[in-house]
Amino acid sequence: MLSIKNLHVSVGDKPILKGINLEIKPGEIHAIMGPNGSGKSTLSHILSGKSGYTVTEGSATYQGKDLLEMPPEIRAREGVFLAFQYPVEIPGVSNVYLLKAALNSIRKHHGQSEVDAMDFLTLVKGKVRLLEMDEKFLYRAVNEGFSGGEKKRNEILQMAILEPKLCILDETDSGLDIDALKIVSEGVNSLRSSGRSFVMVTHYQRLLDYIKPDFVHVLAHGQIVKSGGAELALELEEKGYSWLEDAEASA
Amino acid sequence: MSASTQEINNLINQEYKQGFVTELETNTFLPGLDESVIHKLSKIKNEPEFMLEYRLKAFRHWQTMKSPEWAFVKFDPIDYQSISYYSAPKRKEDGPKSLDEIDPQVLEAYKKLGIPLDEQERLAGVAVDAVFDSVSVATTFKGKLKDAGVIFCPISEALRDHPELIKQYLGSVVPHTDNYFAALNAAVFTDGSFVYIPKGVRCPMELSTYFRINAANTGQFERTLIIADEGSHVSYLEGCTAPMRDENQLHAAVVELVAMKDAVIKYSTVQNWYPGDKNGLGGIYNFVTKRADCRGDNSKVSWTQVETGSAITWKYPSCVLTGDNSVGEFYSVALTNNYQQADTGTKMIHIGKNTRSTIVSKGISAGKAQNTYRGLVKVLKSAENARNYTQCDSLLVGDQCGAHTFPYIEVKQPSAQVEHEATTSKISEDQLFFCQQRGLSAEDAVSMIVNGFCKEVFKELPMEFAVEAQALLGLSLEGSVG
Repeated sequence: MLSIKNLHVSVGDKPILKGINLEIKPGEIHAIMGPNGSGKSTLSHILSGKSGYTVTEGSATYQGKDLLEMPPEIRAREGVFLAFQYPVEIPGVSNVYLLKAALNSIRKHHGQSEVDAMDFLTLVKGKVRLLEMDEKFLYRAVNEGFSGGEKKRNEILQMAILEPKLCILDETDSGLDIDALKIVSEGVNSLRSSGRSFVMVTHYQRLLDYIKPDFVHVLAHGQIVKSGGAELALELEEKGYSWLEDAEASA
Repeated sequence: MSASTQEINNLINQEYKQGFVTELETNTFLPGLDESVIHKLSKIKNEPEFMLEYRLKAFRHWQTMKSPEWAFVKFDPIDYQSISYYSAPKRKEDGPKSLDEIDPQVLEAYKKLGIPLDEQERLAGVAVDAVFDSVSVATTFKGKLKDAGVIFCPISEALRDHPELIKQYLGSVVPHTDNYFAALNAAVFTDGSFVYIPKGVRCPMELSTYFRINAANTGQFERTLIIADEGSHVSYLEGCTAPMRDENQLHAAVVELVAMKDAVIKYSTVQNWYPGDKNGLGGIYNFVTKRADCRGDNSKVSWTQVETGSAITWKYPSCVLTGDNSVGEFYSVALTNNYQQADTGTKMIHIGKNTRSTIVSKGISAGKAQNTYRGLVKVLKSAENARNYTQCDSLLVGDQCGAHTFPYIEVKQPSAQVEHEATTSKISEDQLFFCQQRGLSAEDAVSMIVNGFCKEVFKELPMEFAVEAQALLGLSLEGSVG
C-alpha cells in the first residue's frame, strides 16, 4: 500500500523528518506516536500533499506510484484521505454540497458517472446514523459553528462516504471528550477492512484503547526510534517518551 | 509564492467570453457633443418637443458641473468630445415590425450571447428587450404582456406612444440635476426600457433587458423607467456585455423605479461589461445612477446585483422610502479582478414611518483590484420606528488586492434602529488544501468557497439568473488561484 524509504523533509532550511522508513500493507493499522515537535504532523501533511514542505531525500510509493509527485487532489482521488487535526470552516457551503462535490470528483477520476441524487442521499443518511450525527449537520455550512467533537465526527463522516484506501488520522483524538472519542473510534472501526490501511498520528495512548493498532512507531527528532506491537503504546503510557529520546541521544 | 497561491492566481485570470465584435453597417454620429448634437438626436428619435427641452435643460446644467472625485477609483479625465453619442444598426426608417426585419447579424450576436430573441427559443417565462448600442432592436412577448395591460417597450417608443406617462415620471426619481453622469444621461440618453404595470396587475412573466455595446468610440447612455402602479408586482432582470477593446468606453445609465401603494418591484442585474485585459487596458466605465422611490405606503423595492465586469464600477442603487411601512432591499455581489475598480453600494433614505431597509453586500477582490463598499443609511425626523440592517462582507483572494468599506449613517429620529455588521476574510490556504484533500481541484475549490460566500445574495436572484451568476463568478475568478 505505502512504502516510505529514507524520507527527509524540511520546512525552509530546517530539517524536520530525517530518514523515515515505513512499510504499510493493506488492512494494517499503524499508530505513529511521539512527543510534541517530533514531526508527526509533518508526516501526515507530506503524505497528503500540503504545500510548504520540501523533500530533500528519499521516497514515498503509494500503490506502486510516486506519491510525492502527485498534486493533493490527485492523491485524494487515488484514495489518500487526511482527517484533519483542525478541520477548516467554509461559510455558506453546505456539508452535503461538499460531500457530493468530493465524491463526484473521485468518481470522475475513476471513470464513473456522477452519483445519482437519491442514491447519494441514501448513502449519506446511512453514514450519518452510523456516526450518531443529526441529519441537520448535512445542511449546515461545513464545520461552521461546530464544536470540536462535531468537527472530528464530520471528518470521519467524509471518510466513510469517500471510502479511501489509505486513511491518515492526524490527532483525531485531540479535543474529544470520552463519549465523542468512542463514537469516532466506532466509526473508524466500522471502516476497517482488508483493503484499507490506517495511519493514526496521536500523542496519547487513549485512542488506541478503542482502535487497536497492528504496529506502533515512536517518532522522535524526525526519526522512528522504536517500533513494536500494540503493547508498545502501553509501555509509553507508563514510561513517557523521555527514555526513548534519551536512548536515541546516547546511541 | 507558495504552490496554492499560484493556483489562485491562475484561476483568476481567464478570458472574457463575450468579447466578440459584430460587423455591421451603422448610423453613427461623429464624435462630439454640443446643443446641435442633442437637436439631431431628438430629431432622429422623433421625440415630442418637451423631451428636447428636457434634454437641453439637462445639457446646460451638465456644463456647469464637475466630474465627481470622491469615489475610491482612479481614471484619466474623460474627453466627452471624442465620444460618439449615437450609433445604431442601419435599418428601415420606422424600425423593424418583426424579427425578420432585424439585421441577422444582430440576431446572431444575441444568440452568441445566449439570448435568442426568437420567442419560440426563449424561456417561456421571460420577455426580453434587447438594446444594441444606442437603440432597442427587439422586444419579445409584447402581445402577451399587452393582454395583461403591461406596457414593456423601448423608452423611445414610449415617448411617442405614452408621452403623458413619460412626462409625469421621467426625472421624478433622478432629477437631471442629480449628479454629473445623471445630467449627461438626461441630455443624451438614446434608448432603454420602459415598463408600466397597471393597478393590481401581477406581471405574468419576468421582464428583461439585455444591453450590448458593440460599436467603438461610442458611449451607451440608456434610460430605464419602471412604474409599478398600486398593488402591482413586477420582476425585472438586466444583463450587459461588450466587446473587448483597448479603449475605455463610457456607459452612463440612469434607472428610475417608482413603486406606488402596495406595489412590489424586484430589480436584478447581472453586469458583465468588458472588464479590460489583465494589465488593466481597456474596459467599460460603468457610471450608473439607479434609484427607486417607494412612493406609496407598503410598497417594496428590492435591488439585487451581481457585478463582475467593467474596468470601473460606480453605482449605488438606492431606495427612497417615502411611503409609510415601505421596504427597501439591496443585495449585492461585486467581484473585481486584475486592475478592476469598484466603488459600489447603496443609499437607503427613510422618510415614511415604520420604513425598513436591508443591505447585504458581498465584495470579492482578487488580483490587483480595489473593491469599495460605500453606503448611506439616512433616517429623517419623520421616519418613526425606521429600521435598517446592514451586513457588509469582504473576501480577499491573494495578497495584492484591497477591500474598503465606507458606511455613512445619519439618524435624526430617536426611535430608529440601525445595525451595521462588517467582516473581512481571506480564502486561506488551509481552506484550499482541505478542499483539495477531498478531491476538488483548486479552481473548483475557489469557486465553491466564493459561491458559499455569496449565497445570501444568490438566493435573492431569479432561478435562471442565479445559475448564470454562479457560473459567471467561477469564470471571472479563473486564474485567480496561484
